[in-house]
Amino acid sequence: MDPNELLPHIPGLRRYARALTGDAWAADDLVQDTLERACAKRLLWRVGSDLRAWLFTLMHNLHVNQWQRRAGERAAGFPVDVDDVQAELVAPQAPTDTAIDLQRCLLMLPEEQRVVLLLVSLEDLPYEAVARITGVPVGTVMSRLSRARQRLQQLMDAAPAPAASPAAAEPPALRRLK
Amino acid sequence: MTHPDRQAMIADPSPSAARPVTDDELHALIDGRLPPAEREPLEQRVRQQPEAAERLRRWRAQRDLLRSLHAEVLQEPLPPAMRDALTRSATSRQAAQTWWRLGGMAASVLLAFTAGWLSHMQWNTADRGSPLARNGVEFARQAAVAHVLFTPEVRHPVEVAAADQAHLVQWLSKRLGKPLSVPQLSEQGYQLMGGRLLPGSTGARAQFMYQHSGGTRLTLYVGAVDKGAAAAETAFRFTDEGPVPGFYWVDDGWGYALSGPLPREALAALAQAVYRQL
Repeated sequence: MDPNELLPHIPGLRRYARALTGDAWAADDLVQDTLERACAKRLLWRVGSDLRAWLFTLMHNLHVNQWQRRAGERAAGFPVDVDDVQAELVAPQAPTDTAIDLQRCLLMLPEEQRVVLLLVSLEDLPYEAVARITGVPVGTVMSRLSRARQRLQQLMDAAPAPAASPAAAEPPALRRLK
Repeated sequence: MTHPDRQAMIADPSPSAARPVTDDELHALIDGRLPPAEREPLEQRVRQQPEAAERLRRWRAQRDLLRSLHAEVLQEPLPPAMRDALTRSATSRQAAQTWWRLGGMAASVLLAFTAGWLSHMQWNTADRGSPLARNGVEFARQAAVAHVLFTPEVRHPVEVAAADQAHLVQWLSKRLGKPLSVPQLSEQGYQLMGGRLLPGSTGARAQFMYQHSGGTRLTLYVGAVDKGAAAAETAFRFTDEGPVPGFYWVDDGWGYALSGPLPREALAALAQAVYRQL
């Protein structure tokens, strides 16, 4: 595989990681790690198999196994030349209230439910592919999907009045993985 | 919570309107995972069950909402570090892996050629004298490897296309720390396609790519060379030791290499045309 074949998949990986982590910087760190892992292991990728599913598998494993440690190491940051990131500094489109609510509620889902829901909905992957990526049986994917959809619905219903809502108050802290 | 009944969505020869719609059936409907023949009977059953119909409506809306989440990220420019990760990987490989990548077409021929090339290199290391000469040879080798790596690209042969030439020159000049000018080779029948930035052993390198109407591609590879090599200017040197032949020279601390699958005389004329314009 030529590393440049990964290029068309990067925007999708970034969007998924953004929804998964709720944090633009953390998401891009995760994508960066995924790309480097993919380049390092690219000879292991079977020609003809689904490159996108393979990338999501790499990302999932990184997210599960290494995320917390990596995030800690990188928290120190590194100097950035403003000129070099000029292209990235364009004002982002302001997210709508609904999008902010949705992202907040997503982060309240248990991680394994959020992963399945996003792979199925956002990425439109077949249930079997989601099962392979997450390393669980299809039946588990289906039950997680049910719980995720129900729970997210409850959270979204409660979102307009977060202070008064028992549903929003129930999870004591954001189950946010950084 | 309804317990998922996984078999129901797979085989159901005689759907009964009374049988409650399961979560799994709703998922398959919402996510578009049902064959058309199964979709209509299921939708009919859902319509007869208000609770299921309501769940379908809400989960469907939820899915649509999720699919619009962070859509703006898809339009954002890629962070340079991500591109760099791919480029780094592409160029840090030894030539052998470049062969591997190209190998599908003519693996054995390339393998034999590589073996010959490597043994040729070994023969020659003894009489390759000064570090200055070795630097030049190494520079030319990197140019040749970058040439075979990127010229076969159909979709992404260059990072910045020639149409955006002002930006291309400005960007590469900044990254190399040297005001660059892009030689024109249209008189010789080669149109500038664009350029890309690459890492080299002694700093950033720029690669400009040109294409002939017949499809032949040339690359001009530019970068700072070691202090030692920079002290002296060199004449044009021809090399056919790399995966593609080329001429290289050092001028005022900068190395240049013009690579392309052409006879020596044709390359020499093109290299002179480049040199005159720099």
